[in-house]
Amino acid sequence: MAVVKVTRPKLNTGEKMYLGAIFKGFIITMKHAVASLRNKTRGAEAMESSGMGITMQYPEQKWDEHLPEYYRGAPALVTDEQDRERCVSCQLCEFICPPKAIKITPSEISSDDPWAKVEKRPLEFEIDMIRCIYCGMCEEVCPEQAIYLRKDYAITGVTRAEMVHDKKKLYEIGGKRVGLVNKWNELK
Amino acid sequence: MSDNAATVEAKLPKDLAAEKGLVNVQIDGVWMQVPKGMRMIEACKLAQKEVPHYCYHPKLSAPGNCRMCLVQMGMPPRPAPGQDPVRDGEGYENIGWIPRPVIACANTVGENMGIRTTGELVEKCREGVMEFLLINHPLDCPICDQAGECRLQEFSVEHGKGESRFVDAKVKKPKNVDIGPRVRLDDERCIMCSRCIRFMDEVADDPVLGFTQRGTHTTLTVHPGKRLDSNYSLNTVDICPVGALTSNDFRFQMRVWFLKETKSIDINCGTGANITIWTRGEKVHRITPRQNDEVNSTWMPDSHRLNFHYIDGDTRLAGPILKGSNGHQPASWSAVIAATAAELKKFQPGEVAIIASARMTNEELFLTRELAGAINCSLFTTVPRDGESDGLLISADRNPNTTGAKLVWQSQDPAGPLFAIREGVRNGSIKALLVLGEDLADAGFTAEDLAKPEFIASIQLLAGPTAHASDVVLPGAAFAEKRGSMVNVTGRLQRLNRAVEPIGDAKDDWEILRDLILALQGAKPGTGLAAIEDVFKAMAASVPEFDDLSLSKIGDLGKPVVETGVKIPLLQNERARKAAGLING
Amino acid sequence: MDLVITLLIILAKVIGLTFLVVLPLVPISVYFERRFSAIIQDRVGPNRVGIPLTLFGAKKDFSFFGLVQPMADGLKLFLKEDFTPSHVRKAFYWLAPALVVVPALVTVCVVPFGSDIIVNGTAHKLVIADLDVGPLFVFAISSLSVYGITLAGWSSNSKFPFIGGVRSTAQMISYEIALGLSVVPVLLYFGDLNLSNIVEQQAANGWLLLPLWGNSVPWNNGGDYTAWLFWIPAVIAFVIFTTSVFAETNRMPFDLPECETELVGGYHTEYSSMKFAMFFMGEYAAMVIGSSLVVTLFLGGWSLGFGLDAKISALSIGGFGIGGLIHMAVFMTKVVAFILFFILVRWTVPRFRYDQLMRLGWVIFFEAALINVFLAALVIAAPQFGAISTIGGLALLAVVTGALVWVLKVSEKKSVPVSI
Repeated sequence: MAVVKVTRPKLNTGEKMYLGAIFKGFIITMKHAVASLRNKTRGAEAMESSGMGITMQYPEQKWDEHLPEYYRGAPALVTDEQDRERCVSCQLCEFICPPKAIKITPSEISSDDPWAKVEKRPLEFEIDMIRCIYCGMCEEVCPEQAIYLRKDYAITGVTRAEMVHDKKKLYEIGGKRVGLVNKWNELK
Repeated sequence: MSDNAATVEAKLPKDLAAEKGLVNVQIDGVWMQVPKGMRMIEACKLAQKEVPHYCYHPKLSAPGNCRMCLVQMGMPPRPAPGQDPVRDGEGYENIGWIPRPVIACANTVGENMGIRTTGELVEKCREGVMEFLLINHPLDCPICDQAGECRLQEFSVEHGKGESRFVDAKVKKPKNVDIGPRVRLDDERCIMCSRCIRFMDEVADDPVLGFTQRGTHTTLTVHPGKRLDSNYSLNTVDICPVGALTSNDFRFQMRVWFLKETKSIDINCGTGANITIWTRGEKVHRITPRQNDEVNSTWMPDSHRLNFHYIDGDTRLAGPILKGSNGHQPASWSAVIAATAAELKKFQPGEVAIIASARMTNEELFLTRELAGAINCSLFTTVPRDGESDGLLISADRNPNTTGAKLVWQSQDPAGPLFAIREGVRNGSIKALLVLGEDLADAGFTAEDLAKPEFIASIQLLAGPTAHASDVVLPGAAFAEKRGSMVNVTGRLQRLNRAVEPIGDAKDDWEILRDLILALQGAKPGTGLAAIEDVFKAMAASVPEFDDLSLSKIGDLGKPVVETGVKIPLLQNERARKAAGLING
Repeated sequence: MDLVITLLIILAKVIGLTFLVVLPLVPISVYFERRFSAIIQDRVGPNRVGIPLTLFGAKKDFSFFGLVQPMADGLKLFLKEDFTPSHVRKAFYWLAPALVVVPALVTVCVVPFGSDIIVNGTAHKLVIADLDVGPLFVFAISSLSVYGITLAGWSSNSKFPFIGGVRSTAQMISYEIALGLSVVPVLLYFGDLNLSNIVEQQAANGWLLLPLWGNSVPWNNGGDYTAWLFWIPAVIAFVIFTTSVFAETNRMPFDLPECETELVGGYHTEYSSMKFAMFFMGEYAAMVIGSSLVVTLFLGGWSLGFGLDAKISALSIGGFGIGGLIHMAVFMTKVVAFILFFILVRWTVPRFRYDQLMRLGWVIFFEAALINVFLAALVIAAPQFGAISTIGGLALLAVVTGALVWVLKVSEKKSVPVSI
């Protein structure tokens, strides 16, 4: 990365006292305050503001239609066109996960399985949603395109155990995903 | 220049080196002296310049078939007749560089040789070799157990191109082949380095592996009708640079990047092979040999490395047990220690015997002797466990610390009193037994014998006949759960390190012994020695061989403390091969 | 009997003013802080907590602008686990929060909250202790709270609190000097250390920063321009005093002792539950006291101004003088307004660097406050001095100031930047 050397600007005596700058700051903050009180905040309309600032009122108003494509919600596992679970339990997501939310128990696919040549799949795949920070590193690191962050954001539960998503729940959220790279089924 | 100076300068670098049996080699521009006859790759290792390689292994012969270790070499040009060689200011001849690369693993160094491990030529060569190796290599990394410790992965990151130019279909080869009871073969991943073939031939002396076919279709396989069932077969998994050979035991258990390495020693026989214990959390996942050229070279037998599953197995005892009127019941540590001390005090000195084990560490044996002193008992013994040497690494003495017992107890035959104790139990003169980490069935006691003593207390790892017969069962720590020292058959003091915490409520054996001694002396609990280092210090004060030593001074590779005259056959063999120039290691 | 009644009156004042006026102001200012900052940042802020009528079948909750939020916060802090880490020095760790709250609340006792309340013909001053050393008492007591913070930082036995504690100690001691010196001109002007008298003077003769009625105005007092001339040192004193109060209360832009980005939570990192709440309370109580001091000294205290105060004082309902209560309302309004100014500053001015903070305190404010004392003295003494002496004094002061500025510049140039 190029190094840009920045010199400090030379200030005259008036600027050095900072009083003018501070008053300018007061004006800016007060402008914002007045604007939000009058519901004229920039972007308030686009965000369907509730009447003050740009805030929406959850749960009366929901953000769902406004979720951007790149929104990072709950991580989930996906299956491919042939309903094969894409995850081969390489445990890279478990390794990369910053809060250590993922726990995988690998297992071997038995030789009579139609997908025996894949050899490996997760026996257990658990994501502790209390720990998950929705960073999306698991999605980024996955070499099999098996884990994705979906748009589910309201992950709730009344017990800790409820907040641990097991394999079944993860496939439930993730569902089927078509059009991914097909490495094991020679569809190409 | 005066005459005096001329005589001093007459000694050229080559003469100075030759006096010591060395030669001068310039590696990446730096001159250094290395032993004559050394392979170039080892010289580069001395210069801390890494030369990537697959087929070369210091303990095996070097066929030079992977071509990964290509370096640029140079020698001084031969002077024309009557012409003196041109020397630079320091007396080295100028190097004429060869425009084609050579393999560093099979060439030996010579006087005034130059080696370049970097540079355009070398890097281009490596890139090319990597590209060829990867042509038929499957993209298996997500399911391959070798991922994370795979030389192919590492070198393709360092020297590879990043993408493949290969457009044809890859060659299909057998995958998931069952070639032996402990080893699985994946031929597509094999890069034909032949390390496994050479190991089975040269070290294990059981040549069952070989190549068939030619060119890109070359396939590693076992000889027809044979299987890779040698007791050293898992070493091929260790030396396989890729994931072609994987261990059935470790297959798909855990990725290696999660595993923590703990240096320790093997306790299955008197050799005391140096090992690395690979753990994640509180679970041992695998054990691999660790290089120690005075003990086990870089190898170890399968039977020993796989003998760790009992550590968290179903029969493992995880809490102290007290036998009452309604059978064996879990109890607290303070209760069982107090009960044992109270029971032992009821007997006359001659009525109590201690059966210790040569599987205990020196520290534990030392505390055993203290314990015997505390109850005034002169009958304490270990249990001999003799077998036959396999002519390689497994020693005839299957106890790991017989030498240590001899040193710590200052006795020529620590197992001597066993016969007397057994007879004593049978004729009823011995009424109480203290069994420390030993299975009495191995010591020749029958079920009827075990019913005879009025009181048996035992430190046990596993539920079994001895634990069943005991009135008090004290759960001890397995080898991966404790620290301590042992002396192997050659008289080398080595160190055990703790890789995992003792399971459940189990305790380190030396702590149990210490608490027992304190209880017998009537001292307050928690007043004794605080750490295993203190035990070693106390022991070193009474054992002259351990004088001036401490646990940390032993080091990872151990320290010879006594000469026993016992030799390890595999090392003898290796030294002979080295002397013959077959290997470098 | 009289003694009992006197004691009862004092008790009523203590409880009334401390626990019914100042302490409730703390959660209210927290609410204002959150609401105001939200508005500044284009948000809504706490607007939900109220009476959950939907639980009882109603269609809507009664949220009342979220004003119940402070109560909910307080309840939460009460019910949280009071956790004491094992590595702390227990006695001091437990003592520290109290040492922060108590001084802040003790200083309440000299603040005049309003004019007199007349009950049965007896006038009761709306001040707990009508001390003749008001400002000195405030400085003496409020400087004790530095012990709380220092002890908290030290006894936590953890690096971030420790750094926070050390920073806080240095900062509070440094700014106490500027704080004390800046108020000297004010005391010179009023010639009194009794805060009640100071406010009464301002009510009668115009606020210090607003000398527009009574004796301050030259055509009322026979051509004496002292009050108007004094406006210059008064403004300087006001700026220095206000800024120093910010620093003393550890608020933005001087909140280095609890600077989140560097020190997690600063000196209260290891505290939880009510112990943490005590620090929080202490900080906001200090803010309330600071505001009331500024209001009392510079902005006329409980006075409504413009000569209306005498009329208000005279108001009464059946022998019960309600003028005092109206004055109290005026005082509280001013204080709340000043607290809002505190909040505005917090969300406007970014945090200082530590060396800037120290430079501002020691190099600028200390000198400025010192020169200001002489300037104020000159202004007050000018009528007696006569023109020549006054101009001479001013010239001398200008020379000294110039010399100081020059020394400052020279010393700055010579200083070698230390790279960290």
